[in-house]
Amino acid sequence: MSAGPVERPPGEAGGGSAAPASPRALAWRRRRHSLGRFWAGYRGNRAGLAGLAGLAVFVLIALCAPLLIGPADLSLTDAPGGPHEPPSAAYPLGTDNYGRSILDLVIWGSRVSLTVGFLATLMCVGLGTLVGIVAGHYGGFGSTVLMRITDWVLVLPALVLAVAFAAVMGQGTVTIILAIGLTAWPTTARLVRAQTLAVEARPYIDRAKALGGGHGHVMTRHVLPNVMPIVLAQTTLTVAESIIMESTMAFLGLGDPNTLSWGGTLQEARNAGAVSSGLWWHLLPPGLAIVLVALAFTLCGRAIEGVLNPRLRERR
Amino acid sequence: MTAQTGPDPATRDDAGDRAVPGGAAAPVLSAEGLEVRFKGRGDRGVARAVDGVHLDVRAGEIIALVGESGCGKTTLARTLLGLERPTDGRVTFEGRPLSYTGKALKAYRRRAQLVLQDPSGSLNPRHVVYDAVAEGLRIHYGVTADEKAKVADALARAGLRPPERFFLRYPHELSGGQRQRVVIAGALVLDPEVIVADEPVASLDASVRGEILALLLRLRDDLGLSALVVTHDLGLAWNIADRVAVMYLGRVVESGTVEEVLTAPRHPYTQALLSVLPEGGVAERVVLTGEPPDPTRVPGGCRFHARCQILASGEADRAGIADRCRGEDPGVLPAGSDSHLAACHYAALGEPAGT
Repeated sequence: MSAGPVERPPGEAGGGSAAPASPRALAWRRRRHSLGRFWAGYRGNRAGLAGLAGLAVFVLIALCAPLLIGPADLSLTDAPGGPHEPPSAAYPLGTDNYGRSILDLVIWGSRVSLTVGFLATLMCVGLGTLVGIVAGHYGGFGSTVLMRITDWVLVLPALVLAVAFAAVMGQGTVTIILAIGLTAWPTTARLVRAQTLAVEARPYIDRAKALGGGHGHVMTRHVLPNVMPIVLAQTTLTVAESIIMESTMAFLGLGDPNTLSWGGTLQEARNAGAVSSGLWWHLLPPGLAIVLVALAFTLCGRAIEGVLNPRLRERR
Repeated sequence: MTAQTGPDPATRDDAGDRAVPGGAAAPVLSAEGLEVRFKGRGDRGVARAVDGVHLDVRAGEIIALVGESGCGKTTLARTLLGLERPTDGRVTFEGRPLSYTGKALKAYRRRAQLVLQDPSGSLNPRHVVYDAVAEGLRIHYGVTADEKAKVADALARAGLRPPERFFLRYPHELSGGQRQRVVIAGALVLDPEVIVADEPVASLDASVRGEILALLLRLRDDLGLSALVVTHDLGLAWNIADRVAVMYLGRVVESGTVEEVLTAPRHPYTQALLSVLPEGGVAERVVLTGEPPDPTRVPGGCRFHARCQILASGEADRAGIADRCRGEDPGVLPAGSDSHLAACHYAALGEPAGT
């Protein structure tokens, strides 16, 4: 932690001497600067880097999947191998009940699983954080209404709501993302609101108000950084949850039945009796993939929290 | 953009002379019949935290607001900054009533600053010192080129030298006194005209306390800064204030210049407060009895009568005013007067008629 305002170029501090920079340029320079500081802190966290590298590998594999696997490899009727072959040189992770390579299924499935995991999580955590902070900050009648809506969504069975979505919007991955995003946010909203209420009671909120800070300033500069730990923890939990949820929804026919995903492969393994007949290679790889992605998210989340929370940084 | 300039030079004239606070100076910030009530839940009743206060803070003047815990000092300070809405009465700044629209409040808060009581809590633990001090500048002017210079200057003025060494410290890495000085620097960076300081030095050790108080006095002398210093420490009031207002249970019960009030207190409450000072030199210590005041149950008559040592000792009876003490409210002290006032029936006996 050596970078910071101290080591800014002198021209910036002096003001008059250099060509006067526009406020926007100054703001950008400051933002770049704090981003640099953030990265410097993050880089020092080995577990965080490992998590980031893991996520990068998964994303890279998902992007390169069409280069590695042809449509023939995933064909149900014209599968390359025999059904339920154990791992071998030709099929490193064995084959499924149709004779497709599990490795291929996992690689191809990462595309849908990661997309759903990322987007649904982004949507659900974003919506939950927004609702939670707004409800906690403003209080009053509007907040009560907002929280009653939250409670209402919380008690609605997510699957029923998702089926209704699919009926309106048609089947597909987008429907699944929306269905997860629009049903899973209330938990986040409730947690964030509770934390917001605790933060709002702190004297530094009063100080910010007395300095002239408006609602936006208080919410983004003071409340948001202090509810971040909860938001990050919630993110890591939601990623794994969304990936599993996707398989449930695909199983119920809300997605395109031909789409391959980790959850879908797990579902198929279960249907094919992999649990009872000890076909571990059918179950384990997609399950492990979900665990690894969730783990990578957890590591990243903890590292970000470590950088944002100055007290944690010291203890490390 | 430049910072707010100090008030016009005319107001500086009285700054050097503490015995005669400029009687002609117009009030910068004043409370007019201010009342703040909090509704308790259930049957706890309404707390009259501030119950009719007239108070003027004039340009270049430091006023100390003293009183025991729970008498409404902090609420009054918060109301003056617009953090609390008055139930009745109004706050005026430069003669104009405070407007509670977002824009007007923001403009007001560029010129009036609050220093809070608790330095550990009033800094965001996730902001470094630089960001905490620059916060006000960024709120009002955005990011400016001379931001760093201003932050360094404010930190140096608040006694954190060399300022660059503190830029990247987090609040938890600072001592309580340093934190409080960061808070003060955050208020100074906007070059305010009025500072409302709620127990600004309560958490500081004696050496730092002296430095902060000297800073306040210097700012008053150099820039014509006005300040309302809320404190329970009469010694502090004696050291820095031009005028003193003594508050009891939501009301100002005695006001006047610091010499008058602290050397010749007229209200029995002030007398009791002064008599228990360790270095008071008063022969007889008055320890107040009776239940501590409860703003949800303000007694009738004089609000101090239940604990008043003059009434208890029978002196009021002998003067023939005991019934008035118990049944008649001595009224609210007016603001803007230079004379030494006390809201007390007994004190009023010794005065020439008409006051």
